[in-house]
Amino acid sequence: MLSTISEMLSFTFIQRAIIVGVAVSICSALLGVSLVLKRYSMIGDGLSHVGFGILAISTAFGLSSPLYIAIPGVAIFAIILLKIGNNGKIKSDSAIALLSSSALAIGVAVTSLTTGMNTDVCNFMFGSILAMNAEDVILSVLISIFVLVIFIVFYRKLFIMTFDEEFATAIGLNTERYKNLIAILTAITIVIGMRMMGTLLISSIIIFPALTAMRIFKNFKKVVIHSGIISVSSFLIGLYLSYIYNISTGATIVLVNLVFFIVFWLLDKIIYE
Amino acid sequence: MSLIEIKKLTYSYPTKKDSIKNITLNIEEGTFNCIVGENGSGKTTLIKCIVGLIKDYKGEVILNEKVGYLPQKTTVQSNFPASVEEVVLSGTIPHNLNGIFYSRNDKLSARNSMRQLGVYDIRKKCFADLSGGQQQRVLIARALSATDKIIILDEPTNGLDPKVAKQIYELLKKLQQKYKLTILMVSHDVERALKFADRVIEIKEGQLSYDGVPSNYQVEGDK
Repeated sequence: MLSTISEMLSFTFIQRAIIVGVAVSICSALLGVSLVLKRYSMIGDGLSHVGFGILAISTAFGLSSPLYIAIPGVAIFAIILLKIGNNGKIKSDSAIALLSSSALAIGVAVTSLTTGMNTDVCNFMFGSILAMNAEDVILSVLISIFVLVIFIVFYRKLFIMTFDEEFATAIGLNTERYKNLIAILTAITIVIGMRMMGTLLISSIIIFPALTAMRIFKNFKKVVIHSGIISVSSFLIGLYLSYIYNISTGATIVLVNLVFFIVFWLLDKIIYE
Repeated sequence: MSLIEIKKLTYSYPTKKDSIKNITLNIEEGTFNCIVGENGSGKTTLIKCIVGLIKDYKGEVILNEKVGYLPQKTTVQSNFPASVEEVVLSGTIPHNLNGIFYSRNDKLSARNSMRQLGVYDIRKKCFADLSGGQQQRVLIARALSATDKIIILDEPTNGLDPKVAKQIYELLKKLQQKYKLTILMVSHDVERALKFADRVIEIKEGQLSYDGVPSNYQVEGDK
């Protein structure tokens, strides 16, 4: 096992994948706790499809750094989705379904009309650890540090916003601002993570770690910390297994997350019942 | 001294239900005030205007002190994975709104609130695992962590069995008397409101229909 790990670490693409993967796993797990508890789990799914649409269009137009367009684009849609969820005549689950299928359809149509389903587009769809270049790694790390710092700085406010929004408003917090903050951070994390996990699987790394940690831990801080640990562990184990058995990395990471969830669910049954 | 001054407060919903019209009242320091009225009369709307959940009202609301607030039970996630201590500590956020971490004073204030409400011994327990009565005590402790001057409660005994509901009223009365805490509370339980409150405010179809001592309210009701 150690020789395999040592062999893996000798490849530059694996080194890049580990750096980006750990960074994205931590960010997605931290944000996932608030998103799951606020019943916004499916937003990740919707936004990843929007991300695919934007990345596909950017690629079709031959843009060399599509992430710079995808990040603000997805962030705008994230804010719109949260606003629809609050006030709109169309409920948030329907709005997410509408937006995600439309964005995916636009992405596929544009791709078919221009470049065709080339490797870049397939990478966005299914994820690839080969997809990241040095620039992506630097951008991912910088953005992940930004997400992490913002999460720590606003931790108390994100907690009260998630637990009881009315109380948060009553004590003078600008709840809309914090909702937008969560939306923007989620959008950034999704766009970065999509390259590795793929459009179809990225939302699972937001939802799974939080749900898994909540089976056992009954304290918000512990849920957040363990969600991060579960997420990073799932990523590293998933990456290792995908290398050994030559399976898609994104799919393997999701399956490891599923195993963690089942184990924690069983432990919850044994401990609390 | 008036801690809350409300002048000609008007807010309308499109359906007219729960709207309030031209309400003027002051809430005096150290008093126990109960707002009563039928469902849809506008009690919760009045509270929401006071605590800032509704902002586009007509008239004026002046808060001369920070308020602690306990929303209706439905707005709180009762299955949330948070410890009692975390919930009560979050009430101290307004003391240091721009801070990153809770200060020593915040922790001290939360501990005091938990002791006053008798939830200190269960501070490590999960909020979701508590009974309805215990959860309400925790949320009152949180409101008290925000301020020791005035707390505003929206139907805090809703859904609780009568024995626990009585305990909550007794606890609030004790806090009022011991710490000169001002209480403004929406109640659907007129009988208990008359028993525990110093002042009863009745809202009918969005307007003040009674504002005075409980004993006179009964006389008015008999008329």
